[in-house]
Amino acid sequence: MSQVVTESKTEGLVGNMPEAAKPKSYWSLVWRRLKRNKGAIIGAAILLFFIIASVGAPILSPYPMEEMKMENRFIAPSADHWLGTDEFGRDILSRMMYGGRVSLMMGLVAVSIAGIVGVFLGVISGYYRKLDIYIMQCMDILLAFPSLLLAIAIIAVLGVGLTNAMIAVAISVIPSYVRVVRGTVLSLREKEYIEAVKALGVSDFKIILKHILPNVLSPVIVLSTLQFGTSILAAASLSFLGLGAQPPAPEWGAMAYVGKSFLLNAWWMSLFPGLAIMLVVLGFNMLGDGLRDALDPRLK
Amino acid sequence: MTRYLLKRFFTMLITLLGVSILVFLMIHLIPGDPVLNILGEFATEEAINNLKAELGLNQPLYMQYFSFIGNALQGDLGQSYITNLYVVDEIMNRFPITFQLAVYSLIIGAVVGIIMGTIAAVKQNTIFDQLAMMVSLIGISAPGFWIALFLIFVFAYQLPIFPISGYDGFYSLILPSITLGLATSGNIARMTRSSMLEVIKQDYMRTAEAKGVNVFRLIFGHGLQNALIPVITLIGLQFGHLLAGAVVTETVFALPGIGSLAIEAIATRDMPTIQGLVMFMAFIFIVVNLLVDIIYSAVDPRIKYE
Repeated sequence: MSQVVTESKTEGLVGNMPEAAKPKSYWSLVWRRLKRNKGAIIGAAILLFFIIASVGAPILSPYPMEEMKMENRFIAPSADHWLGTDEFGRDILSRMMYGGRVSLMMGLVAVSIAGIVGVFLGVISGYYRKLDIYIMQCMDILLAFPSLLLAIAIIAVLGVGLTNAMIAVAISVIPSYVRVVRGTVLSLREKEYIEAVKALGVSDFKIILKHILPNVLSPVIVLSTLQFGTSILAAASLSFLGLGAQPPAPEWGAMAYVGKSFLLNAWWMSLFPGLAIMLVVLGFNMLGDGLRDALDPRLK
Repeated sequence: MTRYLLKRFFTMLITLLGVSILVFLMIHLIPGDPVLNILGEFATEEAINNLKAELGLNQPLYMQYFSFIGNALQGDLGQSYITNLYVVDEIMNRFPITFQLAVYSLIIGAVVGIIMGTIAAVKQNTIFDQLAMMVSLIGISAPGFWIALFLIFVFAYQLPIFPISGYDGFYSLILPSITLGLATSGNIARMTRSSMLEVIKQDYMRTAEAKGVNVFRLIFGHGLQNALIPVITLIGLQFGHLLAGAVVTETVFALPGIGSLAIEAIATRDMPTIQGLVMFMAFIFIVVNLLVDIIYSAVDPRIKYE
């Protein structure tokens, strides 16, 4: 009976509370803080624009991606071709819309590989102190190479190409995940509730899965957002150097590389793909900064 | 302090050892036989055996590593497959250009970054702050090759002030340095801003202000001087990244530095040159990071040596 009374009292209290004073879950608080952050909203809007344009390319693009018309070569931005045409008379806007798929995919694959491997190694390193020194020493060795150099060295081994460029970028990003996750796990494993579940005889696997991983989610989300942009930038730079996506693939870095040869006559060929890379990376950076402030306001 | 230095030095040696193993293994990690990769699949048995003996590839792996590291310690990083020149000589011929480029870029990045960061902090939450942070964010987000192409288009094609490409002394390094410097300035501006904001809140700043200290002396003498400690660390750490970032800039501007050497070597699959370059750049990066650490700990006595 007393239980019922308590519940109804609580319900009554919450029910009569004004909307703003109601207890909020962690994620709804994060969402509220994020909505108030102008930079994050602008960043998300930029990304949404590029995602819609890339995913919807087959429907939205004004011309077929590979349509060549020699009479249309090097047309400057105009009403017919908003972003101009290239040396084969192909519409730059249409190619950029398809190219966005490649560039965004490069970022997604690189961040996913790095995230999965990095989180795994970071958790192991932070939780099992005996393995920590070995894993961190390996990470220190990877960090001894400036990231672009590491990616170039990996491509020198694996060979030139889109897939290898993604793997190379992913490997160069892994150490930053390991460091962030390890740091978080190190502080978590000292917490009393982890000690308590350990004392109850819960297995390490369950502790990691149920109590550690959910708590590393916030820093990993922030890092992934920021690294997404960095990875796209690195992958585009590799393509520009001729080490990633190869022309005629409509990847933004590769398109800018081709445009470099026609800079004087057709500046739009490299200007717009480069601008797209900058805007997407800017979008990820703005959203990442906003997410960091929303997930951990102490860092602001 | 001595214990800390010894520990850092020891860690650096282990890292260098790991780096050397990775670089050594590069040639063995390439899919296929390294000798066939060099000679092509139609090579004769005799040519294959001769090259194997010449490269020491018929020895056990650990012996090959000892000979690799022994030679490297004596300054011998092997010979280029393509030019037959010693890799060390090639690197030393080209390094001065990359070094100059990195230094000039760092100066531009530091000056622009510190000024932008200071203005943003002093004028916090004003249009100046937002503008400075937006510019720095664009600097971080813009691809280096895009900034380079933009500068070439404006300052070499439209206004023919600077050379389009190639190396002909200091003059030809101005646009490449601005390219790399702008990207660097973004990070430095953000760090300066946050560090300066911390300093501005300190009691001694309020005291100095209350005593009527001139605004410029207050900002640059009392504020920036203290805010710069973490910024200097960042500037030091950027140096290594600039050496690597120079790969893109040197390629766009056709500068004969070690960055463009790396791209040429990859295009011709010249493994000794690639290995030598990666080893050399990683070595510089590690040493610079160690020096930055030491300077940081010497400048800021609050840092604890663990």
